[in-house]
Amino acid sequence: MLEVSNLACSRGDHRLFSGLSFTLHPGQIMQVQGANGSGKTSLLRTLCGFLMPDEGTVSWCGGDIREQDDEYHAAMLYLGHSNAIKDELSALENLRISTGLSGGELNEKDAVAALRRMGLRGRERLPCKALSQGQRRRVALARLLVSDARLWILDEPLTALDVGAVAMIEEMIAEHLARQGAVIFTTHQPMQVAGTEMRSLSLS
Amino acid sequence: MKKSTLLDLLLLVIRRDLVLAMRRRADVLTTLIFFVMVVSLFPLGVGPEMDMLRKMAPGVLWVAALLSSMLSLGRLFSADYLDGTLEQMMLAPHSLSMLVLGKMVAHWAVSGLPLVLMAPVLGLQFDMSAQALGVLIVGLLLGTPILSMIGAIGAALTLGLRGGGVLLSLLVLPLCIPVLIFGAGAVDAVTSGLSVVSHLSLLGALMMVALVFTPWVTAQALRISME
Repeated sequence: MLEVSNLACSRGDHRLFSGLSFTLHPGQIMQVQGANGSGKTSLLRTLCGFLMPDEGTVSWCGGDIREQDDEYHAAMLYLGHSNAIKDELSALENLRISTGLSGGELNEKDAVAALRRMGLRGRERLPCKALSQGQRRRVALARLLVSDARLWILDEPLTALDVGAVAMIEEMIAEHLARQGAVIFTTHQPMQVAGTEMRSLSLS
Repeated sequence: MKKSTLLDLLLLVIRRDLVLAMRRRADVLTTLIFFVMVVSLFPLGVGPEMDMLRKMAPGVLWVAALLSSMLSLGRLFSADYLDGTLEQMMLAPHSLSMLVLGKMVAHWAVSGLPLVLMAPVLGLQFDMSAQALGVLIVGLLLGTPILSMIGAIGAALTLGLRGGGVLLSLLVLPLCIPVLIFGAGAVDAVTSGLSVVSHLSLLGALMMVALVFTPWVTAQALRISME
């Protein structure tokens, strides 16, 4: 599904990685490992198409992602370091707008249900500036519940989350994999996803 | 989940930016208050000579509009850039130019339209005739969207730079000079009894050209800034 061949990336003069090749098939999950500054985020951002690789290609279903960016963007979901949450908007508005930006349309009922499953019952209509860091992360992660994207690219999805929320994310990822979705992610926390073998990619 | 069309997306972005502006009213008012203050200080500083005030009115109003529209440009993309929304916008399965157009429209409605509405009131301080006020409003209606659109290119190019504000003015103000010339020229023309059609048509033409090219250029500039 997602095919990376001979990828090289550098920031400034510093070569982060080169000759990186892997293929991610439906139902597979891959963890990108590496020390701080080893290029995990740069790799994920290259997979999204934000960064132009120095060498190599990223292809989606057989074609370069840069040549079919509308189809690719419709099929993928990226969650970065920043939550993309507006403090002035409520959790509900944030979720509906971010879904809208990714090309879907979400009715209020489904949005409320997703937020409740993320443990935000009673806080759906509070402005996000009244929420804690972990709760904001939950609002951002609620997008995973309402998206029909096949590829999830998650950069440190577990930061600021408590144990209960981490278990919930693991469960959501397992459901996504069971639906023949694919996940590539980075984390520094231990994460277990039931029923699948976790592939790992080390950047050094 | 229903799929959205390009128009849905455009409306979503406009609505979102307007809601955000309404919840951050201080930002909106800064532009308007700056405009009102600058324009009102001129009659006080120059003195109450009606002939002179009438003569400089269009220039003062237009320069003030230009400067106050610069004020809000820095915020056009920076908030979205900092909280990561801009990344999500670039991943929208539609053209980024359309999203950018939506942001431009919202920016104009928040920072350009209030100036257009306020201008006739301020024009009265300069003893402008009703006819001149009419031309001023039409000119501003055509001109302020151009300022927002050209400004968006500068805002996208200076995104994430330290001291971007100064650079932004250096980039954008020279490009806005034609708007200033034709906008103020139209009011001058009507007060000296000439036809305003040529000035206003040129402004209209500039707006059309900007409408076609600036969203695309801004989208490219954003892609460069995100690297």
